[in-house]
Amino acid sequence: MSEAIFRLRNLRKEYQQRVVLDISHLDIYRGEILVVVGPNGSGKSTLLRLLNFLEPATSGEIEFMGHSILPGTPVSLHLRRQVTMVFQQPALLNRSVLTNVAYGRKVRGMPAQNGAMTRLLDRLGLAALAGNHAPTLSGGERQRVALARALAFQPAVLLLDEPTANLDPYNVSLIEGLIRDLNREQGTTIVLVTHNVFQARRLGHRVAFLLNGQVVEIAPAEQFFSAPQDARTRAFLNGELVW
Amino acid sequence: MLEIAGLSLRVSGTALAISVLLGVPLGAALGLRRFPGWSFLRLMLYTGMGLPPVVVGLFVYVLLSRSGPLGSLNAVIIPRLFTPAAMITAQALIIFPIVTGFTMAALLGVDPMLRQQLLSLGATPWQVTLTLLVEARAGIAAAVAAGLGRALAEVGAVMIVGGNIAGETRVLTTAIVLETSKGNFDMAIALGIILLAMALVINFVILQLEERFIRPL
Repeated sequence: MSEAIFRLRNLRKEYQQRVVLDISHLDIYRGEILVVVGPNGSGKSTLLRLLNFLEPATSGEIEFMGHSILPGTPVSLHLRRQVTMVFQQPALLNRSVLTNVAYGRKVRGMPAQNGAMTRLLDRLGLAALAGNHAPTLSGGERQRVALARALAFQPAVLLLDEPTANLDPYNVSLIEGLIRDLNREQGTTIVLVTHNVFQARRLGHRVAFLLNGQVVEIAPAEQFFSAPQDARTRAFLNGELVW
Repeated sequence: MLEIAGLSLRVSGTALAISVLLGVPLGAALGLRRFPGWSFLRLMLYTGMGLPPVVVGLFVYVLLSRSGPLGSLNAVIIPRLFTPAAMITAQALIIFPIVTGFTMAALLGVDPMLRQQLLSLGATPWQVTLTLLVEARAGIAAAVAAGLGRALAEVGAVMIVGGNIAGETRVLTTAIVLETSKGNFDMAIALGIILLAMALVINFVILQLEERFIRPL
C-alpha cells in the first residue's frame, strides 16, 4: 500500500477568482480506500472532478500512474480510461439497464457481455432487471446501475461521490459490501466522498478531512476517529459547526 | 396525377435531405456548445422557423430572376426560376431552420450531467456526441417529421418560384389550388387525399427508423 497512484502537488482550483480547492500535498495509494469527509461546499466534489480529469486544475500538478499532468496538458485517453466516477445523481441513458451497464465496455471496444458482467449484475440484484428501461427504475436501482456501469470495465480507480446519499439501509449495505469486496478482490483504488462520518468509519482505510478546499487532516481511519489531531476535525466529528 | 405526386415527393424530399444533412449537425452543435453570439443565433433560428413561405418564395424569386443578383450570374450551379431546382431551394430555406431548431431543442433537453458521466465512463468526445444524438432521437425524429410536413404542405413558395407549370413544376399543393379555383372539387379532394397519404407513409417510415435504428453507443 505504499506506492502512490495519484500524487497531488500544490493543486488549486478557482472558479471566478474563488478558491474552491487548495491542496499542497496529497498522495493516494494504489489499492486503498480513501474516504474524504467534509461539510457541503468544502471542495470534495471538485477534488473528484479533477481526479477524473473532467476539468483542469487552475494550477499545480497531478501525477497519475507516473504521468505528470499539468493544467493545459491534454490527458491521454488511455490514462483517462483508468479512472471513473459514480456521481451523486446518476445520469442514465434512456435505454435498457444492460445497455447502460455495458456502455463503458462498448466505448472501449470490449464485448458487451462476459462472465464477470453477469456476476456483477447478479451481485447487485440487477440480473432480473437487465432488459428493463432505465428511466423506470427506483432510486436505489438507478444507483446500483450506475455502480455496475462503472465497474463493468474494471477501472484502476473508482471515484464515488456520495454514492449512498438518499438510499435506504438495504441499498446502502449492498453498495458498501460491493465496494469493500471490489477493493479486496481486485485491488481497485477507491476514493469515496461523503459527509456521512459513519460510512467513512465503516469503509475507509484512510480518512481525509477537507474544509474550505484544504486538507485539514489525513490519517489511517482508526487514528482519524480515535485520536484526531486537529481541533477542527474533532469539532466536525462531534457534529459541531466548523468555520 | 402520379407525375404530380412524384414531383411533390422529389422536391420536398430533396429539400428535406439538404436540410437534414446541414441542419442536424448544426442543430447538434448549437445544442451542445455555447459560444459568443449563441443567444442571437438561436433567436434568428427560432424566427426562421416561422418564416412565411410566400416571403421566402418572393426572396428566392428576386434572387434567381434573370435580373436578380444570382440569376444574372448565369452560372450552372444557380437554379433557374420555374424549375424544380428553384422550388427545392425555396423549400430548403423554409425548412432548414425548422430541422435545425428542433434538433437543437432536442439536444438541449438531454440531461447536461449525462455528458460528464459519459466522459467519466471513458467515452471520447466523438462517442459522447453520438450517444447524445441517440439520446435525443425522439426529438430529432420530430425535427425531420416537422420539416417534411412543412415542405409537403407548403404552397406559397413553390407557386411563386415554380409557377405551377403543368408537367414541369406542378406539385400536389399547387394543383389543389388550381383545381379548386376551377371548381373541380372532386379532383382537388383526390389530390388532397394523396398528399395526406404520402405524409402518413413517410412519417411511418421516419418513426420506424427512430425505433429500430438505435446505434450501439
